[in-house]
Amino acid sequence: MEAPDRNALAGRPAKLIIDAVSKRFTSSRATVQALDNVSLTIAEGEFVCLIGPSGCGKSTLLDIIAGLTKPDAGRVLADGKTVQGPGRQRLVMFQESALFPWLDAFGNVMFGLKLRPDLTNAQRKEIAHHFLKLVGLSKFEHARVHELSGGMKQRVALARALAPDPQVLLMDEPFGALDAMTRDQLYDDIQQIWMESRKTIVFVTHNVREAVCLGDRVVLMSPSPGRIQQVFDIPLPRPRDINSAELAGYASKIAAALKGTMTEAFSE
Amino acid sequence: MKRLASALLFFALLIGLWELAVRSGRWSVVLLPSPLFVGEYIWSAMSDGTLAESTWVTLKRLLVGYVAGVLIGLPLGLLTSTSQIFEDTLGSLALGFQTLPSVCWVPLALVWFGQTEGAMLFVVIMGTVWSVIIATDHGARNIPPIYARAARTMGSQGFHKWTRVILPASLPFLVSGMKQGWAFAWRSLMAAEIYVTILTGFGLGHLLHYGRELNAMDQVIGIMIVIVVIGLLVDRLLFSPWERFLHRRWGTNVKEA
Repeated sequence: MEAPDRNALAGRPAKLIIDAVSKRFTSSRATVQALDNVSLTIAEGEFVCLIGPSGCGKSTLLDIIAGLTKPDAGRVLADGKTVQGPGRQRLVMFQESALFPWLDAFGNVMFGLKLRPDLTNAQRKEIAHHFLKLVGLSKFEHARVHELSGGMKQRVALARALAPDPQVLLMDEPFGALDAMTRDQLYDDIQQIWMESRKTIVFVTHNVREAVCLGDRVVLMSPSPGRIQQVFDIPLPRPRDINSAELAGYASKIAAALKGTMTEAFSE
Repeated sequence: MKRLASALLFFALLIGLWELAVRSGRWSVVLLPSPLFVGEYIWSAMSDGTLAESTWVTLKRLLVGYVAGVLIGLPLGLLTSTSQIFEDTLGSLALGFQTLPSVCWVPLALVWFGQTEGAMLFVVIMGTVWSVIIATDHGARNIPPIYARAARTMGSQGFHKWTRVILPASLPFLVSGMKQGWAFAWRSLMAAEIYVTILTGFGLGHLLHYGRELNAMDQVIGIMIVIVVIGLLVDRLLFSPWERFLHRRWGTNVKEA
């Protein structure tokens, strides 16, 4: 058991600085202010969960951190440098697994590794084997994508995202489409992997318990315009059990605040 | 085995019905020859080498024209799928020409190239290239955008993105496009061969044409059967393995052949 020392975390250098980011989407019918002047600093090795009702811009924010979407105003700094586009230091894991069906599980994990010119082919293979073993899929290296269950697909996607050794992992509701039992298992796995690798993780979800179970901090966002409403520290020891009573206490506090953002949004 | 047996039985039944129709005497044997005569024609054409020669001439034209059509059409289709300008210009041109029956190219080909192999190739390429462009364009557009996004975050871009992501992701569409292109090429070549006599080689279409001129219905029907069999064989040998591979990989068709 390990209690995260808040001071130590705060003393760590900032990995990601989200600096006054705004993003507007214009369609033929309406203009949506997806993000309005959002600022957030994420420390190196921190696990941050973004939570909020749909339309609060949490996935858009993740896309902007990834460099897949450009902000209208503001900027994102990664290691002090402005993010200009996607880069393999910040890998994304999507809600759908986004695995390539023309490759097997092993080929999918190799995809990102082959884009690293600093590795030899033997090293790449070794790394791919290692990460498939880490997610418990050694036996399924040569399985075709459609032969894998939903949970297994997300495990391969996790291995694919971890293998090129990114410093930041961006996860966009990666467990949203899975059944509860598979999810519980993955919460244990992802915590284990995080504690060992100490990656910086930004995790988008709309599940309050999931956020409390995983995050050092839970960032609550409110919709239209997308803003940061409140930030909750979760000083619970790890690994956390999603069904524990302590965790439920935090979750109900955040759920109440979440409800508040929604009624506010609807009463407008 | 069971499937083969039922297929064989079906065709035997069909030939039996045909023979019965001939024996009923309602149609002149000149117009409707017995399957035995047709079989005899095919056998004799096979043994004296005319069939092999014509088949070779036809397949050579078809293959050269088809490969050229695919090589031209594939990159152009990728181009129209990515660029708005090419979509509006080349894309509409392809759409328009695809609706033009390929036999309509024959008069132009004759005037431009005369009675040469060039005219044949021109007709086949014109019959193929537009449908390949459209199929490729369609394929590249239907790739789930999440593949490209995932690839981009892993650092894939430019040439790598095209060859390692866009191309394999659109394979199912490409194969059906190439299959369609093949059907178009086959049709246009037959049209060209029936219309245009050139002295550098007599293809299957010419044999068909002469059969009509000589009122040799056994030859006409025999060649038609040969054309159908070649079409089936190409489908089974060239395209089916690809389609099965794709279905297995993508898991789109659970029924295994």
